[in-house]
Amino acid sequence: MTIARIVALLAVLSLGASPALAQISDGVVKIGVLNDQSSLYADLAGQGSVVAARMAVEDFGAAAKGLKVEVVFADHQNKADVGSQIARQWYDAEKVDMIMDVPNSGVALAINQITRDKGKAFIVSSAATSDLTGKACSPHTIHWTYDTWALANGTGTAVVKTGGDTWFFITADYAFGHALERDVEAVVLKNGGKVLGKVRHPLNTQDFSSFLLQAQASKAKVIGLANAGGDTTNAIKQGAEFGIVKGGQSFAGLLVFLTDVHALGLEKAQGLTFTETFYWDMNDKTRAFAKRFAERNRQIHPTMIHAGVYAGTLHYLKAVEALKSDDGAKVIAKMKEMPTDDPLFGKGTIRADGRKIHPAYLVEVKKPSESKYPWDYYKIRATIPAEQAFRPLDQGGCELVKK
Amino acid sequence: MTIFGVPTQALFGQLLIGLINGAFYALLSLGLSVIFGLLNIINFTHGAQYMMGAFAAYFLLNWAGLGYWWALLVAPVAVAITGIALERTTLKRLYQLDHLYGLLLTFGFALIIQGLFRHQYGSSGLPYAMPAELAGGRNLGFMFLPNYRAWVIVFSLAVCLTTWYVIERTRLGSYLRAATENPSLVQAFGINVPRMITLTYGFGVGLAALAGVLAAPIYQVNPLMGADLIIVVFAVVVIGGLGSIMGSIVTGFGLGVVEGFTKVFYPEASNTVIFVIMAVVLLLRPAGLFGRAS
Repeated sequence: MTIARIVALLAVLSLGASPALAQISDGVVKIGVLNDQSSLYADLAGQGSVVAARMAVEDFGAAAKGLKVEVVFADHQNKADVGSQIARQWYDAEKVDMIMDVPNSGVALAINQITRDKGKAFIVSSAATSDLTGKACSPHTIHWTYDTWALANGTGTAVVKTGGDTWFFITADYAFGHALERDVEAVVLKNGGKVLGKVRHPLNTQDFSSFLLQAQASKAKVIGLANAGGDTTNAIKQGAEFGIVKGGQSFAGLLVFLTDVHALGLEKAQGLTFTETFYWDMNDKTRAFAKRFAERNRQIHPTMIHAGVYAGTLHYLKAVEALKSDDGAKVIAKMKEMPTDDPLFGKGTIRADGRKIHPAYLVEVKKPSESKYPWDYYKIRATIPAEQAFRPLDQGGCELVKK
Repeated sequence: MTIFGVPTQALFGQLLIGLINGAFYALLSLGLSVIFGLLNIINFTHGAQYMMGAFAAYFLLNWAGLGYWWALLVAPVAVAITGIALERTTLKRLYQLDHLYGLLLTFGFALIIQGLFRHQYGSSGLPYAMPAELAGGRNLGFMFLPNYRAWVIVFSLAVCLTTWYVIERTRLGSYLRAATENPSLVQAFGINVPRMITLTYGFGVGLAALAGVLAAPIYQVNPLMGADLIIVVFAVVVIGGLGSIMGSIVTGFGLGVVEGFTKVFYPEASNTVIFVIMAVVLLLRPAGLFGRAS
């Protein structure tokens, strides 16, 4: 074999091999799952989100397609400064191409800005604030699973229409709680209801008795819990102790996850009605996913957050494959252009403002006697069609939307 | 009638709620004070031991079928035994050293214990039902008082005062106090000081576990329940005066009330108010409200 032929062979090989990875920075697509790994949001997101992202990479068949994908994770401890520092380090030093999940709207809004500055990609599953596709929207961000507007629209409307027309809010005192309270209040007022009072508690509060007394004194028919995770479960548990429901008032859990219901137990959680965009026991595909997921996640079944991480990662990888690039803005633009299709949310689309569109479900927690097998917790009371589930495109005030 | 726009009736309710939360602070800071006063160890594992108490109650119910009343008795003893093992194997080597070593060691243990529980049981907690005898409540006119909360306040007050009495007013207590002042002299009188110190640590830990059992029906049984509380309890101990038994009890209840009122007038500050008070007290009285300057 002559030197010339070897050179020619090398040239052909390099031509054949390189185009596929030409635009993938450093040859690896690196996904960073950034969330609460240790505190009140660790079960509803936490390691489960890491498992979901890894499952998406496997199901996408990245290795067989010649795409190197790596999933890393970190704990932001619900602190915006800690989260920002990790994000900067990931983007600058560790060549992370996309950050995923990020519960806690306060942290997510910070990451949203950093991602934009660094020209990377950000897919939100956990954080709730509808500002991420409103006044804080970014060409580098997609908001996948749900948002405060969707929760308000689903749960708020249903509660007011069934006679719950006077409200008292118990609100977590940070970006998420404020956004949820604002969006629900708008729905309540629009449907002819009244807000009699509100109180704001620090994130991760153990004792809600003071706030519950204030809610009781307000005589409002509905006590809206604009908080999440451990805060919601503690408030509901202590509400039972103070005879809130027996006294004729009712709780509206504005953001409740499957893991919260599991932690409360059906005895205490029964009858709660709230909005979800995913439930594991809806069809064969979701059940199959849940079974595989639970085996890898201490038998904890997937929340809608985990489903969003899975579906978001899958769609991201499809866009990277189609583009043959992991450039932040380009991939996000491609994701918006391609219709979405995954086993958990079905077919859907992503709007110009970054909002992923799919149906939402109004669910009711079963009575203990109705639950037949482990994690059999919800009855689906109503389906809110995709086109009605989220805030209309022109009402968010997002600069990316052409007027 | 209203005070700053809040009806007085509502204030009575908040006063009572504050006392109930204060009962937990008092019980926990009492254990810390006993341990610090007699062992000179700043026991950062206290929060984890409180959490272990709640978990012990959960295990007793689900594995052994023993209900709340048994848990109240068995859980503190079981957790105390783990505490004694800790003291025998590690803590006793640190008595001669600076406080910092004890603090670091116990802090490390707290992180390990919490990490293990979190790994096993997740972060959203496990349900623990209220004992049937104490379910329900009564309407006091100005508020609805759950029976269980009334029980918490009465029970913890009784435990606190008994502990105070034993340490400050009995012969056993005088041995304990003497052993802290001058261990070698007390040993010369034929008293087994190391054993007494071990049992004291066990007792302090048992108090933490007892608070954990009391908390189980109110809060979720959660691996992080102690981590959230321990910092506040330390502030309570510092305000009361490190090592002062009565100081811990009075400040525990007092700060519960202050925190309760903050939740009405400015709820956003309810988890910082105690630290503001701590800063002010340290400026004016560095030894704490009830502490003796050494």
